[in-house]
Amino acid sequence: MTTSPTKSPEAPAPPPGSTPAAAKAATKVPQGHKRLLTPRDRLTLGLMAGLPTFLHVALVWVTALASILLAFTTWDGIGFDSIKWVGLHNFSELFTNNPQFWPAVEHNIVWFVVLILIPTPLGLFLAVQLDKQIRFSRVYQTAFFLPVVMSLAVIGFVWQLIYNPDTGLINSIIGANEPGRYIDWIGDPDLNLWAILIAASWRHTGYMMILYLAGLKSVDPSLREASALDGANEWQTFKNVIFPTLRPTNTVVLVVTIIEALRAFDLVFVFNKGAEGTELLSILVTNNIIGESSRIGYGSAIAVVLLVISLAVIIPYLIATFRKERRA
Amino acid sequence: MSTTVATGALKKRTPVRPARVLLHVFLAGAALAWLAPLLWALYAAMRPYGETSEKGYVSWPDKLSFDNFTNAFTQSEMTHYFVNTLIIAVPAVLLTLFLSSMVAFYVSRFDFRVNLFLLLVFTAGNLLPQQVIITPLYRLYLLIDLPGITMSGKLYDSALGLVLIHVAFQSGFCAFVLSNYMRSLPHELTEAALVDGASVWRLYWQIVLPLCKPAMAALATLLSIWIYNDFFWALVLISTGENMPITSALNNLSGQYFTDPNLVAAGALLTAIPTLVVYFALQRQFVSGLTLGANKG
Repeated sequence: MTTSPTKSPEAPAPPPGSTPAAAKAATKVPQGHKRLLTPRDRLTLGLMAGLPTFLHVALVWVTALASILLAFTTWDGIGFDSIKWVGLHNFSELFTNNPQFWPAVEHNIVWFVVLILIPTPLGLFLAVQLDKQIRFSRVYQTAFFLPVVMSLAVIGFVWQLIYNPDTGLINSIIGANEPGRYIDWIGDPDLNLWAILIAASWRHTGYMMILYLAGLKSVDPSLREASALDGANEWQTFKNVIFPTLRPTNTVVLVVTIIEALRAFDLVFVFNKGAEGTELLSILVTNNIIGESSRIGYGSAIAVVLLVISLAVIIPYLIATFRKERRA
Repeated sequence: MSTTVATGALKKRTPVRPARVLLHVFLAGAALAWLAPLLWALYAAMRPYGETSEKGYVSWPDKLSFDNFTNAFTQSEMTHYFVNTLIIAVPAVLLTLFLSSMVAFYVSRFDFRVNLFLLLVFTAGNLLPQQVIITPLYRLYLLIDLPGITMSGKLYDSALGLVLIHVAFQSGFCAFVLSNYMRSLPHELTEAALVDGASVWRLYWQIVLPLCKPAMAALATLLSIWIYNDFFWALVLISTGENMPITSALNNLSGQYFTDPNLVAAGALLTAIPTLVVYFALQRQFVSGLTLGANKG
């Protein structure tokens, strides 16, 4: 894990005076400075912790909870009187009667599988190459990382210039931009998801590269030397020595990739608004708000599916992370 | 280009190692391939529409100019949307750092029991997909009346509404990073000040916060780019096209004003420029912020 500022070389240097001994002293006093506080200080502290917590909980957790409650109701959004409890009706409707739901689930899964199988190993590969103390490493890094800095909306527009059936780069090159020979990268439901996934992978690779580069920098160089002395070649060293020590980074990468797959929205929306072939859970939720038909309860039911999957990933990960930090 | 420079430089220092040369050829090729979509967009944006519709896009240019950029900029009054973004992003970044540093200060210095729980709540909230909370949030924003405070009279369709959700959502990540950072500060530092009778607020404002500058700088860079790039919140929570920040406005502009693909390309690239400037100027901060709290989704 690269979250500890003292361990990560990429992290800003800890301020002077920070020593392990000091950290130890801190843990010895579990009550912190509490006993020295005046009533006024206690009030200040309460506000300092309370205000941000209130804002965060009100806008993020209360709304998440409201999503769960609304998922069991129907509501037209006009007045609270019209909220009607319908039990599991929204869910049964969703699972059995919505032609877009299962494709959306499938596309979210495909999104994750593609990201973890192609750009993630590619990012790792690039990171390993760039970690070899070569010249111009920063120049290469900048190029690969550039897409991560840009908004997904801009990326969507940039890639449309490549995929547009009439004017796009691909069809212009292969001569498929004449009527009759069209390849519709954006409209064809068999093609569009893959076309978008190429753009998504283009961005994801740089992100993964940066995470792995940070992970690689914290690998003890003597491990590499020892392995070289033992006569291991580059691949053996990587497989048997380096990769196992990257375990914390791999966990982060896995979680980040799952979250990215669940969050995927902007790119698809810019491309074709989630038309046939590119439905995603996030798109279905949004269509139930800003689309023609605002079905609050129904949209919330989809959001709950998204929430359950997300929390199933987030909670175990965070508990493991915090437990490790407490021990550290 | 970089390949020739690379191998040339290597020759001077050490005997050429074929493996290294091959590596540079590969990396330069890959880097160029990575930049290709952007270069293609730039090429398209620099050509007049008339020429590309006549000769096709894959053709040698007769004329390259920045006309499309100036047209995109003036036709759609992009300045207006950049100002919208500024009105949202600047308060959001400052407020997020302010609030999350207070939470971090509290959990790292005073209460180690709620520490874990509070951080868990904040960080988990930050990792949720935005769509999980959007339906109730949208309704909530419609319900909250703020006559005279926002232009719309509601939290919906207002810059204030966007600032609040950005702050609420992003403060989780920042609180997590900052609390880790503050825990590395020596405990005696604040303890001594407390014994001397300094108030808690002074402790935070004059002692702890100045020491957190590096982490704050990294987070500020990261937050600026994230909030600038946000597409979803404004898409749903802003109804008047005029009030949209630039990234979300791009979607409308491409239909209304940007009539040809070359103009769209120019508009998209113009939108990307501020992020690229920040990234090139503060690359170190950005990357350290990202890896500092690598648990960000």
